[in-house]
Amino acid sequence: MTAAFELRGLTAAVPGEKGAVRLVEEVSLHVRAGETLAVVGESGSGKTVTFTSALGLLPKPGRVIAGEALLEGEDLLKLSPEALRRRRGARIGMVFQDPLTGLNPVFRVGEQIAEVLRAHLPISRREARERAVALLARVQIPDPARRVDDYPHQFSGGMRQRVLIAMAIALGPRVLIADEPTTALDVTVQAQVLDLLGDLRDAEGMAMVLITHDLGVVARQADRVAVMYAGRVVETGTVAEVFAAPRHPYTISLFRSIPDVEAPAGTTLAPIAGSPPDPARRPVGCAFAPRCFAVSDAAGCRSARPLLIGAGHEAACHRQGAAELAA
Amino acid sequence: MSALLEVEGLRKRFGGGRALFGAARPEVRAVDGISFTLARGETLGLVGETGSGKSTLGRLVLRLIEPSEGRVRFEGQEVTGVSAAALRAMRPRMQMVFQDPYGSLDPRMTAGAIIAEPMTAHGMARAEAARRVAELLGRVGLSPAMAARYPHEFSGGQRQRIGIARAIALDPALVVLDEPVSALDVSVQAQILNLLAEIQARSGVAFLFIAHDLGVVRHVSDRVAVMYLGRIVEMAPRDALYGAPRHPYTVSLLSAVPRPDPAKERNRPRIRPIGEIGSAAALPSGCRFHPRCPRARIVAARGGETVEAAGARLPRPCVEQDPLLAPAGEAAHLAACHFPDEA
Repeated sequence: MTAAFELRGLTAAVPGEKGAVRLVEEVSLHVRAGETLAVVGESGSGKTVTFTSALGLLPKPGRVIAGEALLEGEDLLKLSPEALRRRRGARIGMVFQDPLTGLNPVFRVGEQIAEVLRAHLPISRREARERAVALLARVQIPDPARRVDDYPHQFSGGMRQRVLIAMAIALGPRVLIADEPTTALDVTVQAQVLDLLGDLRDAEGMAMVLITHDLGVVARQADRVAVMYAGRVVETGTVAEVFAAPRHPYTISLFRSIPDVEAPAGTTLAPIAGSPPDPARRPVGCAFAPRCFAVSDAAGCRSARPLLIGAGHEAACHRQGAAELAA
Repeated sequence: MSALLEVEGLRKRFGGGRALFGAARPEVRAVDGISFTLARGETLGLVGETGSGKSTLGRLVLRLIEPSEGRVRFEGQEVTGVSAAALRAMRPRMQMVFQDPYGSLDPRMTAGAIIAEPMTAHGMARAEAARRVAELLGRVGLSPAMAARYPHEFSGGQRQRIGIARAIALDPALVVLDEPVSALDVSVQAQILNLLAEIQARSGVAFLFIAHDLGVVRHVSDRVAVMYLGRIVEMAPRDALYGAPRHPYTVSLLSAVPRPDPAKERNRPRIRPIGEIGSAAALPSGCRFHPRCPRARIVAARGGETVEAAGARLPRPCVEQDPLLAPAGEAAHLAACHFPDEA
């Protein structure tokens, strides 16, 4: 089966003092219909930049310098700005972290949903409003016929995020990209919104990309996962594979640094020393080498960049299979 | 051993009264009758969602804001009601670390000046303060040479280390930490949590650790208090609270945390509260959790006296009586629920 959405060797950069600074490098990943791919990483890992680049939304002077972004086989990066704008919203929807900034405070919630519909479809105001009410019901806003005339400030954070999800799915996209959709929400509300996203994916058969820093959210929601570090995908596989036996030292370290609610008492956390490299000063070789517990000069960690090669569960690491990496 | 901190019947109301043109303004009961104690060297974790009043409580304890009612005693002395001078004399012993390592440090001051400020403000000679700054930087894992740098030259984790160095500069007995790691990435967060543990082990400082992350709170706390709409609804030793929660809100919270284990995540039953946290400006009658409480609905369905409320039939006590924090289960386990044994 072909992927609903696929990135091939995506590389994006901004101009720097000493030439182009690569924000993301050679990112390849794919997601199929009905499936959720989680993209995990810390701040600055490039997880958001990857998708803003792919959708032509990377702020200037950033630009894509290589790669393809295939939406059902069509390369978005080759489209005119107008054609790309029409694909966004219609065939690929997006939901971002902050439900406050995504809505215009001076327009009614229903008007904002209707505007999305009318920008793409030849329908009357009245019909757009009816569809807006149906969409609010679809994302489980209670009393949608009345709430459609409310302003965003009359909605709680969780309900605003539902409205943004309603706008993102309004035109029946084949792919939904959700960037930290529940990070600003409280944990009980987060659970409700994740349930909703899962239900919508299943009902519509959408492909979903879930960008998150939370491995708990990945375990709960995703089928496959791509772990990013310093602008690259460093490990990829099914959620079951990666969580059962992570292969990249960065992924292994991430698991060891999470304070789990069910960890045995007295468990000590093993933080990762230092912080991720500045994109302009990434080390030669593996970008994780300066922080890696298994770093080895003999294996080439400081001299050659490790790459992902095939498919399935794999890690971009020179030390795969080394004893230090065993669970 | 007498408690380091004693909080009794603390309340904070905001708003109320009438606006300029006579419209009644809603009164927000942000903290609505809270009592607890904290022992020397102990960490009490305070968890709750947005609007629970946990940050307001942290500020009330240090009297950074004035309470509407209730009292706070620290090392046997009154904190509430004393003069500004008396409060100032206590300040070195009670400090605060804020969430935002970006907003809480003055961008025009060097790290050294930021850390030295509380010491010189309390009469320490500059040379002595400078020597202490170097020592403190070392204790929080930064190099003494970094004293000359400005906040923007540091990463988020490093800035939080500076905030911690400043808070412990005067050897406090209590530090209130308000979401100290929630702005940090998980790998850096673990560094800061370990640093706090190390500082506590060495100095015997007590922490009031405010956070929304239940995993983090479990990791750092000896005891945990769960807040909901201005009240502590459950308070217990850490393992009792996480192992056998008694309040249905705590049960829901723990059930909602996604855990990094796909097999368990997909198979466990979820207990969902209904809807979202209410408003402290319009508190429900009786138990403030009743409109969202899954347990009240289960108990009502089994029989007993019920009344119509929040679109359901609920047990009469849940709707009419405000439950007090009372012993439930093991010793030192308190819950404010009319049906604490239903768990």
